[in-house]
Amino acid sequence: MNSALIWPADRQSLLETRKQLVSRLFLIVTCLFYLSPMYWMLVTALKSDTELAQFPPTLWPHELAWQNFDQATRTFPFLSYLGNTIFYAVVTVIGSVLSNFVIAYGFSRIRWPGRDLLFYPVIASIFIFVQFPVNPITMVPMFSFFAGLGLVNSFLPLVLPTFFGNPFFIFLFRQFMLQIPISLSEAARLDGANEFQIMGRIILPLTRPALVVVALLAGVNAWNDFLGPLIYLQNDKLYTLSLGLTFFRTMHRIQFNLMMAASCLVVLPVIVVFFCFQRFFLEGVTLGSGK
Amino acid sequence: MPGTRKKLIRGDTRNLLLGLLFISPWIVGFFLFLVYPVLSNFHLGMTQYSGFGAPEWIEFQNYIQLFKDPLFWTSLYNTFYYVILAVPLGVVVAIGLAIAMNQRVREVAWYRVILYLPSVAPVFALSMMMIWLLNPRFGLFNYILSWVHIPAINWLGDPRWSKLAIVLVAQFGAGHIGLIFLAALRAIPPSLYDAASLDGASQWRKFCHITLPLLTPTILYDIIIGLGLGLQVFAPAYIMTAGGPLNSTMFTALYIYKNAFEYNQVGLAAAVSGILFIINATLAIVVFWSSKYWVNYHLE
Repeated sequence: MNSALIWPADRQSLLETRKQLVSRLFLIVTCLFYLSPMYWMLVTALKSDTELAQFPPTLWPHELAWQNFDQATRTFPFLSYLGNTIFYAVVTVIGSVLSNFVIAYGFSRIRWPGRDLLFYPVIASIFIFVQFPVNPITMVPMFSFFAGLGLVNSFLPLVLPTFFGNPFFIFLFRQFMLQIPISLSEAARLDGANEFQIMGRIILPLTRPALVVVALLAGVNAWNDFLGPLIYLQNDKLYTLSLGLTFFRTMHRIQFNLMMAASCLVVLPVIVVFFCFQRFFLEGVTLGSGK
Repeated sequence: MPGTRKKLIRGDTRNLLLGLLFISPWIVGFFLFLVYPVLSNFHLGMTQYSGFGAPEWIEFQNYIQLFKDPLFWTSLYNTFYYVILAVPLGVVVAIGLAIAMNQRVREVAWYRVILYLPSVAPVFALSMMMIWLLNPRFGLFNYILSWVHIPAINWLGDPRWSKLAIVLVAQFGAGHIGLIFLAALRAIPPSLYDAASLDGASQWRKFCHITLPLLTPTILYDIIIGLGLGLQVFAPAYIMTAGGPLNSTMFTALYIYKNAFEYNQVGLAAAVSGILFIINATLAIVVFWSSKYWVNYHLE
């Protein structure tokens, strides 16, 4: 760099090392803070009842109470709620990938009058509603609507809207598709391919990274959804894990080690998916934020 | 040549129909899941409706009742309190994280993963963790504060601290927006910094005169998204405090939820949702309008 011309080499490297040391310290402290909830969740989950009541709290359990996990999963119907949550997430992924891919295709790969004008409502809805499909602004009429159709206590009010597009995902797909040269489509058109063939055979394979990102984000969104299940799933056979966890909150005497053990089990799949696909998560953010 | 022109127009119409066909799911969804409920809020808001039977038209009774209900005003006060605290703090924290994630150390990729991680964790689970983390007697936070001789704080049981605790939860999710800021940081040409260095500018001056102005588009995005999330904050308050203590975390979204689903006051809840929509949309538009005075689109 430029400063190498001004400073002698050894002075330069000394400065660099000191700067790196400060950076590392700053980073490690920040990371410790950001890890603290998960760390405390894990530590608490592994504490026995007696150790839980100790003050000052132990920063690592003296003996690991693995039986907490077993006990937590028997406090509420864990497996059946897990099944419900997986079902909700899988259907949401299918709906989100299918609908948003096709919608974004219409917003980016075909030239038609008014296309870019009609994209404004997509952006505007991101900025006003922020959360899709269930948010506090629309939840009351939507609930009345689905109640009128007799669909409360089913997953339909939660998954049906995912088949009709999510502005965030439309935006993300569109950004990605706009980067694919339009000449590819034009060449195929000259060869006599129709729009559906172009979409399926040319654009679909090229959009794979965006497909993965949308699938991951949609799945995690469904897994993490609280408000939607809270409103629409009133029959406890249909509960998702998010609702199941609140059971621990309503217990007369909260058993925090069991509550944290259950939380661990709910969060673990998200963390595993995140670590397996971290590249897609981290790059997906910039994919969607592209100018 | 009239022939080609006619062909072009026919091609246009064909493309228009094709385009509309592709985006048709969104058109249906937009009207059914966004436009309809927003309008319905104003319609239902003029009725007495328990969720069963037929809504009874009562004109502005709900709005009159709301304006007389101190809890409604408390919920608005709490929500604005939260937004005013959480949105600017969120921007500062996110920029801080972006700068942290932009440090030139070898293992920086690991730090990025760690800082991003809590933002994929479910908010409801994070809220559960915070209940225990902020426990006045056995919580880790108070224990660490006791090292520097700060007396135990009853975070979730004291109305002075409860909103702050919920603001804190939101900050754990800042890694996501932090990463967007990181992308914006990395898009700034290094030549700008080099030129400033030659002129002898300090780190702070470089940050204020180069970095910050070029981050303004992302700041705008963060403020608008944060505004919506803040005005609609629900799950942490529902789980951690259930609106208490002394209604200090009774946010508007919680007020809507309780009226609609616990007190069977569906018409009243719809009226509040309508008001929340107007507040949210107005503020978003104002922020957008203001952006021409402070957002720098120079690099775009």
